[in-house]
This record gives sequence, structure tokens and C-alpha cells, in this order.
Amino acid sequence: MNLDLFLQYMVAGVTYGTIYGIVAVGFNIIYNATGIINFAQGEFVMLGGMTAVTLGRFLPLPAAILVAVLITMILGALLEILFIRWLHRPSVLRMIVITIGLSILIREAALHIWGESVRALPYFTGNSVTSIQLGGVYISPQVLWVVGISAVVVLILGGFFRYTLLGMQMRACAANRDAARLCGISAKNMVTFSFMLSAGIGALGGCIVSPITYVQYDSGVPLAIKGFTVAILGGLGNSLASVGAGMLLGILESLSISVLPAAYKDVISVAILLVILFVRPSGLFGSSEVSRLKEFG
Amino acid sequence: MRGRNGIIVAIVALALLVGAGVQAAEPIKVGAILAVTGPASFLGGPESRTLKMLAEEVNAKGGINGHKVELIIMDSGANPEKAVSFAKQLIEEKKVLAILGPSTSGETMKIKGIAEEGKAILLSCAAAEVIVNPVAKWVFKTPQKDSDAIQVIFNQMKKMKISRIGVLSGNTGFGKAGKGQIEKLAPGNGITILASEVYDKASTDLTAEVTKLKAANVEAIVNWSIVPAQSIVIKNARQIGFIGPIFQSHGFGNIKYVEAAGVAAEGVIFPAGRLLVAGVLPDSNPQKAVLLKYKNDYEKKYKEEASTFGGHAYDAFMILAKAIEKAGSTDKEKVRDAIETMRGFVGTGGVFDFSAEDHNGLGIDAFELLTVKDGKFALYGK
Repeated sequence: MNLDLFLQYMVAGVTYGTIYGIVAVGFNIIYNATGIINFAQGEFVMLGGMTAVTLGRFLPLPAAILVAVLITMILGALLEILFIRWLHRPSVLRMIVITIGLSILIREAALHIWGESVRALPYFTGNSVTSIQLGGVYISPQVLWVVGISAVVVLILGGFFRYTLLGMQMRACAANRDAARLCGISAKNMVTFSFMLSAGIGALGGCIVSPITYVQYDSGVPLAIKGFTVAILGGLGNSLASVGAGMLLGILESLSISVLPAAYKDVISVAILLVILFVRPSGLFGSSEVSRLKEFG
Repeated sequence: MRGRNGIIVAIVALALLVGAGVQAAEPIKVGAILAVTGPASFLGGPESRTLKMLAEEVNAKGGINGHKVELIIMDSGANPEKAVSFAKQLIEEKKVLAILGPSTSGETMKIKGIAEEGKAILLSCAAAEVIVNPVAKWVFKTPQKDSDAIQVIFNQMKKMKISRIGVLSGNTGFGKAGKGQIEKLAPGNGITILASEVYDKASTDLTAEVTKLKAANVEAIVNWSIVPAQSIVIKNARQIGFIGPIFQSHGFGNIKYVEAAGVAAEGVIFPAGRLLVAGVLPDSNPQKAVLLKYKNDYEKKYKEEASTFGGHAYDAFMILAKAIEKAGSTDKEKVRDAIETMRGFVGTGGVFDFSAEDHNGLGIDAFELLTVKDGKFALYGK
């Protein structure tokens, strides 16, 4: 395999990887604040894309995306307030069942609102055939948008958690809920806010990725599965690590296609997940003590 | 009750019973198993809407031979296990005359045996060859043969002097069946397959797959799939700079796939039924009137473009209706025989000539070679 071909596979891998990474970041934010794995995360991504497509008929593209993200954030907050807030120290299993149920609910609602057809946002720059050529490698400008916006989001998120009061409050809540309460932080509000943030990031991810792929009422499910895989791979709770793990998985899948039939692509990702879970269950970058301390309630 | 009163009550009751028996002409129960929701909803959605539209139309005219049609549509979500349980329900509990559908080849193959055993007429809207080959007495299908579609593609390739191709196929029953047929027919047509990949129907990006094909230096790509992901293949192939022709299957026959692929879909070549270009057919074409009526009715009622998939459901329903008329009864054996002896039936997929050996009735001339020009379907080479 020559260098150009290898780089082309890498570009494909980075594309997949960023998509998975964005979904994983959403998982991590909620997990960090609450210890819940939110299986409706994929649906936030889908809703962001679908809402933006509908709004895109009346508003210019950037406005449509912004409003779609805001609407999804409000929906995320509503979901938390209606279904999760009043639960008193629920077990992990109960939370998983609730979020899976929410995922099914959102999917059916999306089916009723938008029907079963596929939609896509227009490309941000260029169209479905434009590509930038660097040497022998072709990259669609949308891929650059996806990687660029994702990088910016991860950076802003890091800064948010580290330097803003709200971010620090969320981290306090994640580290030790009772101690945070004693400091006067409203743990309930932090949980709501983490859902809003997760929903917003998921929705943004859905918008920037939809020109490359497409959105459909049930396109959230496979994304959630891959995103969850990547979140575990990087170590649950570590956003930056999940982006790295996403890249790794994307590149491994892409390179696997060069030697194995493409049909085995998913086998690769599941096999890697299984190996990691046996050998290093806290994830590639996670530490085993931290992963034991997480608890909701 | 006392003497005289009791007799009056009895007479009235008898009169009511007799009257009731004479009035109701039994409705004809027609079942349908369609993938209205789920991963094959782009098939089942138009199919279910078409059937509802036709049932209403027929019933408004008084039904078939004076019997109204009772349409029972069951949504399988493209799940073969659900299709199996619905088939059993329709045949054993509801005792339907015929089952229209299922929408996908995978589901059809699962219920082929059940229909045979239960002696229920099955008019499938799925395309795989194996549905009617080997021929089962009670099983028919309305979509054209995939082997004919592939032959149309190969004929075009021979004209374009293409001999080295790459094949991408979706991992559904339709994709697998097509891949098998392509591999079977290629050597006889002087075509060599240099690379062949199967992609998942839920794929979001297929750049790596098309890169592998481009690296093998193929002259053309054949993308055999019926799922929305086929549009992603087209986009990715053009994005990485593949300039050779891209051939699609007749599973491309929905304008939404063209929209999903955007500009990349320009110049794609594929065989399809004539429904998509009904407007530009010469008036002498025997299908034109039927196609235009279906297209206009569907588009007026549902405000979306008609697709060839809905057309398969149209053909299934109308063939059944014609057979019931011809047989003059709703006896299963007679209706089945009427279907098997139907010749020259003008449908949306083509002109059907059924026989005991051919339960599909369509040949290679059911196909027209189409392309995409300015975001719309157009006849190729015209």
C-alpha cells in the first residue's frame, strides 16, 4: 500500500472516528455528572439533525443549526425534569431501562413527526462532489468542518469545566455529590444542566455530520452503540480520552477494510471492545480507582 | 312466551336472519405484510400507501364482482420473524384469500414455505430471484428479475467497452442476491470483478470501501443495494476522485436517493421500470397510460413522488383483482390458476406474462436504462 492510499484510509478513519467521538463526549458528560449511561444519547444526535433540516427551510443554515441545538437542549432538560429528577437513588439497571425506554419514545415521536424518509442538511461549503486534494488524498470539505468544529467543541468544553463557575460546580457534583451539596451547589440543577449540555453537543454533532451521511428517525441507534463503545474504550467519564479512542477505533476500522472484507468492519470494533473489557475494563486511558467511585444518588 | 306472541317473535327473528344473510356480500379479505416502519420503510411506506389508495378506489366502485375488499395491512418492520408470525396469523386466523408483500426478499424467503403449506396466494413485492426459482405453486412476485437487471447493465458495459469492475453490495437479502447473480453472470459476459465489498445498511461513511475499489483500478463501479446507504457510496466515490461510470441497481428507483446523493448522482446509470420516466415515453408504449394514472393518483393523494417500489404493490393488487374477476369467484385454487394463466397484463413494472414455470412474468424488456440529469430521472442515451 503506498503512502497516498494509506493517507486516504486515515482520512476515512478520522471521519468515522470524529463522529463516534462526538457521541461519546455526550455520554461522558452525563455519566460524569450523574453516573447514568444515557442510552437516549443517539436520539439527541438524530433530533439535532432532523430539526435543523426542518428549520433549514425557513432559516439560513447557521441560524437553523443554532435553533435546532437550542431546541434539543431544552428537550434534554425537559426529559431530565420529567423522567429522572424525581427518582430517589435509583439503581443502575433501573436507569438503563428508563433511558432505553426514552430512546424508543423519542424514536416513535420522530417517526410520527417526520415520517420514515431520509433527510440531509446541505453541505456547509461546496456540495456532494467537491473535494480538496492534498497530494494524492481527497478530503471532502465537510470532513474538515466536522473535525474542526469537534475540536473547537472539545476545547471549549475543557475550558468550561476548568475555568467557569458552573463548570467547576458540575465537576464538584461529579466528584462527590454530598460534599457539593454541603457547599450549597444544587445537585439537582447540575444534573439537569448536564443533560442540556449533552443534548446540545449531540445535536451539534448531528447537524455537522448529516451532510456526509443522512438522518432518519432511527439513525440514532447505531450511533449510540458505536459512541458507547468508544466511551468505554477511552475510559468512561473522560471526554478527551473518548475523542482519542474514537479516532483510534475509526482508524483501526478503516485500515481493517484494506486487508479484510468490509463486512468485518463491525466485527473489528466489537472484538476490540471485548478485548479491552477483559484486559483493562477501566478503558485505555481511565484509571481503575476512579471508575469504581462513580455512583448516582 | 305465550302462544301467538311467541310465533310473531319467531317469524320476525327468522325474517331478520334471512334478510341479514341476503344483504351482506362477503368482503374479500386481502392481507398485506409490509415494512412500513423500520429499515425498509422506503419500500413499505409507498407500498402501504399504494394499497390503501387502490383498495379505496376499488371499493368506491362497488368492489370486485360486487364484493368489497377488506385490506389488512400488518407492519413487519422488515423483521423476518414478525413476517413469519403475521403470515401464520393472516392465513390461519384471518383466513385471507391472498397475502400481498412482504417488502423485502429476506422476509419473503422466510414465509415462502408457510404460504405453500397453508395454500395461500403470496404476491411478493420483493425482488430476489430465489423467490420464484424454484417455482412454488402459490408464490408469485411482481418486481422484475435481478438477473435481467444485471444483464441490462452488462449489455451497456459491453457497449462502453468496460471489462474490469468493482462491486459494492448492501448486506440485505436484495444486495446478497444481486451480488450472487453478478458473480454468476460476469464471466459469460466477459466482465472481471476485481474487487467486491459488502457494506452495512446502517453505514454512515463508506470512503474506505470505495478507496479499496479505486485502488484496484476498476473501470466502473456497480453499487447493488436497496438501502439509503447506497447514496453515500455515490457521494464518497466522487469525493475521492473516482471518475468512471457508477451503475446502480433498480433499487435506486426513488427520487429521495437522488436527493440524498446530491450533485454526485449526476450521470449514474441504472436499469428500472418505466414508471420513473412515464411522462417522456412515446404514446405508443403500452404501459404509458397505466403508469401516468398511477403516478398522478399517487402524487395527488400523498404529495410525494411515486417510486417503483410502490409500483410493485400496485402490480400485486391489480393482478390479484384481475384474477378474482377472471375466476369469477373467491375460491383460492381458481384465483391462483387465474394468476398463473394471465398473459399480457399491463402493470407498472412491465407487461406480465405468467405461466406455470414463470411466476414472475417479466423479462428483460421490462427494464429501461435510466440516468440522472439535473437531479431528475431521465432516459439514458436520449
